[in-house]
Amino acid sequence: MKELLLIAVGSALVNNVVLSQFLGICPFLGVSKNVKTAAGMGGAVVFVITIASFVTGLIYKFILGNKNIMDGKLEYLNTIVFILVIAALVQFVEMFLKKAMPPLYNALGVYLPLITTNCAVLGVALTNVQDGYNIFTGVINGFATAVGFLIAIVLMAGIREKIEYNDISESFQGTPIVLVTAGLMAIAFFGFSGLI
Amino acid sequence: MNKCMERIYNGVVKENPTFVLMLGMCPTLAVTTSATNGVGMGLSTTAVLVMSNMLISMLRKIIPDSVRMPAFIVVVASFVTIVDFLLEGFIPSLYDSLGLYIPLIVVNCIILGRAESYASKNPVLPSIFDGIGMGLGFTIGLTCIGIVRELLGSGKIFNMQVLPDSYEPLTIFILAPGAFFVLAGLVALQNKLKNKAAKKGQKEAALSSGCTEGCSSCANQSVCGGHIFPTGTDKEEKE
Repeated sequence: MKELLLIAVGSALVNNVVLSQFLGICPFLGVSKNVKTAAGMGGAVVFVITIASFVTGLIYKFILGNKNIMDGKLEYLNTIVFILVIAALVQFVEMFLKKAMPPLYNALGVYLPLITTNCAVLGVALTNVQDGYNIFTGVINGFATAVGFLIAIVLMAGIREKIEYNDISESFQGTPIVLVTAGLMAIAFFGFSGLI
Repeated sequence: MNKCMERIYNGVVKENPTFVLMLGMCPTLAVTTSATNGVGMGLSTTAVLVMSNMLISMLRKIIPDSVRMPAFIVVVASFVTIVDFLLEGFIPSLYDSLGLYIPLIVVNCIILGRAESYASKNPVLPSIFDGIGMGLGFTIGLTCIGIVRELLGSGKIFNMQVLPDSYEPLTIFILAPGAFFVLAGLVALQNKLKNKAAKKGQKEAALSSGCTEGCSSCANQSVCGGHIFPTGTDKEEKE
């Protein structure tokens, strides 16, 4: 239990996926204009990463990493298989939500397709394999990583809503000021490194 | 041959993926702790981009329109796996320092973006040169950031001591926050130059953030509909 908690805190706060590993920067910069959409995107990412870490964990355990199939030499297919599974999964989740849970679909709808190209999803799947997590630990790690993304993007959106009213020098308007903000947030997140 | 040179110019200057289009931000920020890493990542991406552009352009009449995205992803992922093995076998030091970011070339938006917006519509030769141009532009972007970070963070360039020993290295530029600050500085510098040019009455260059090319060439057009990603224009309109 203690170990799981350490993994969770480690991937949510200490090694924050956006601010220290730079995964998922595109949506972090692109969809953080207001808190509501940012929370929507964050929610969709939590949802997809958790499911994706479970499914890729299963596939790795029973097919790609299985010693009985091809003497366990299928590991080189990790990248190709994982990205295809994630792309298919995202499509499937979208269709399923549309049919089964329309309110959730309406909340996450437009963000779901964008997640396929969110490198955090593939990143988590590959990290799980690299660090030798079992399926359950992998799901916890995925969930915590995604929560870290949610925290970062919502904080960012909150700050950006305030920045709108500030008087920023001409050359720093737009992307540069957002990047500076992200840098300051990254420094703040360094404070968590004492946690574990 | 003129068209090919035009593609290279387009990739390196006009639509530079790092500074103008702001695509592929994850590797841009993550691996540029030193100039060597920047060059390595840039060239690996270039190799994948050229090969995938070539193959996709060859197959553009065979791949059915409705499954083109999965098909592109398979092509790109295969080349990434090949590059991954080549690096592991021949340049292990680079392989170690790039680590997880090599397989993540698959989800680099530049590659899928070029496949979708250029290679799937154009003949083989221009597509190859488009890949070379875009790849070089990306490599130059990464190398610039890498040089600045390495110089400020350790006083070296390409692992050679440049600044005198009395220089106290600003370690933060090698750590995560430094990446954001350096990129912010470079983009701001570029904005400044652009604003100056605009004031002189020259044609204003591409906008500074998000979907620079307009929605028609953007891979996410179908889902975004121009609402999600901020373009430089909607901000100006508000003001």
